[in-house]
Amino acid sequence: MAVTPLTAGDIAKKVIRKEPLFILDVRNEDAFKDWKIEGESVQHLNIPYFDLLDGVEHILAQLPTDRPVVVVCAKEGSSIMVADMLSEEGREVHYLKGGMKAWSEHLEPVKVGDLKEGGAIYQFVRIGKGCLSYMIVSEGEAAIVDATRMTDVFTSFADELGVKITNVLDTHLHADHISGGRQIAQQTGGTYWLPPKDAAEVTFAYEPLEEGHVITVGKSKIDIQPIYSPGHTIGSTSFIVDGAYLLSGDILFIDSIGRPDLAGLAEDWVGDLRVTLYERYRALTEELIVLPAHFMIIEELNADGSVSEKLGTLFAKNHGLNIADEKEFRKLVTDNLPPQPNAYQEIRQTNMGKITPDIDAQREMEIGPNRCAVR
Amino acid sequence: MIQTDMKLDAKGLACPMPVVKTKKIMQELAPGKVLEVEATDKGSIADIKAWAESVGHQYIGVHEEDGVITHYLRKTTGEEAEEKRFPHVVSNEELQEALAADEDVQIIDVRESAEYAFGHIPGAISAPFGELEAIMNSLDKEMSLYVICRTGNRSDMAAQKLADAGFRNVKNVVPGMSGWNGSSQKSMN
Repeated sequence: MAVTPLTAGDIAKKVIRKEPLFILDVRNEDAFKDWKIEGESVQHLNIPYFDLLDGVEHILAQLPTDRPVVVVCAKEGSSIMVADMLSEEGREVHYLKGGMKAWSEHLEPVKVGDLKEGGAIYQFVRIGKGCLSYMIVSEGEAAIVDATRMTDVFTSFADELGVKITNVLDTHLHADHISGGRQIAQQTGGTYWLPPKDAAEVTFAYEPLEEGHVITVGKSKIDIQPIYSPGHTIGSTSFIVDGAYLLSGDILFIDSIGRPDLAGLAEDWVGDLRVTLYERYRALTEELIVLPAHFMIIEELNADGSVSEKLGTLFAKNHGLNIADEKEFRKLVTDNLPPQPNAYQEIRQTNMGKITPDIDAQREMEIGPNRCAVR
Repeated sequence: MIQTDMKLDAKGLACPMPVVKTKKIMQELAPGKVLEVEATDKGSIADIKAWAESVGHQYIGVHEEDGVITHYLRKTTGEEAEEKRFPHVVSNEELQEALAADEDVQIIDVRESAEYAFGHIPGAISAPFGELEAIMNSLDKEMSLYVICRTGNRSDMAAQKLADAGFRNVKNVVPGMSGWNGSSQKSMN
């Protein structure tokens, strides 16, 4: 039986379409427990490759034959070995090309909607890590928000659409992934915007994102309206795009809210977070479509793979927006903090331009789930 | 320098090869002997340890320097099952009390050099079981000796050997370093 590779994109499409899929994850148990390919239609079996060196016969009975079986490891070497062994036993199996490294880096572009005066907004779903980036396109120009370090995905996408990247924005100084914003701006000659309160220690030039200073995409009126919304970081800024979309950064997610502690200031910032969510966001129209910078669980994906919801619906359903008592809110946000993201201090330093790790080190720093939320 | 019995160069090899080669070479090694594996694949840090523990080898420790990851493993001996025969036995706690009381004691650590390097009681003499005879010649037979290893078995044999050689005041510390809560130090170089 032949062993055929599947790309991270192939698997992402299966996960989004909820097609049955069986993952034989051959990484060690700790790596599997920390982070894995997830999906409503995904079943798992974790057997480390080093327990399979003498043969795979003893696990054949655990592998289904009615759905695709994909062998997955960290970088692909071990999964090819195990897939070959299974193939020799007569099983038809796949392996994940590039392993979890490729899964972590894959971006799936999804169109979120059209803009009123022509143009569109696209979401880039980093399905393996839960990061969401955006491209707003109008009249031959594009703005990018919260770009990941896989910058060629954004520049190629813009080339395909035949648009020029003129503005690159980050809602805040990220602690869970390395921003590609500065690099894209350098490559394309676009302007790089950062909230000044998050950029106090950065080593490079940027334009300050300030409330009241509207950024325009295209010649007509596609506005990006910055809203100061501290809480996840002190500088966190949301954007209202075209009067219809609220890019909420790491402040508000679909099923959770931002965590205030990744710069070490949970106690100080929890008050800001409450004011942003319960006062500033409350004052906005409920018709806005919320587009966050992350999703935490695969259930937050819509049927088309996008992650979005009406602000009004979130006010009704998101637990983090429905805690009347301020003390209880403070307790939820400061007592329920999940483990901090892998290497978050180094990631912040990288995003400030203070350190410049090589590509392998950057990959290593980003391994694992994003953990930017409290539920 | 950490003394080992065999070395494996797995530098430049990608997963799964560091574990595949480690497994192969461990089959050639005699029980109780120590293997040193040099690798550059970061994944080996978690995987060699997890593999060793899953098959019962002792994973002594890992040391990273200049991009080279050096693992130390000791081949399983099944020593936990052996019967102890040396009659003078003290517990870890009794040794700790003797140290706290500043009694005139000398600890003889009979584990392998790599095991000693990754954590030993301050002041303990490193005397791997195989080198014990050479080292015992430099010791005073009247000294109060506390012989320690990882689980109490190698030290059981070593204590017997010391007593046979004429040492009058020898005790085997049980269980030994596997259960040690007192102070300990590393000596990597």
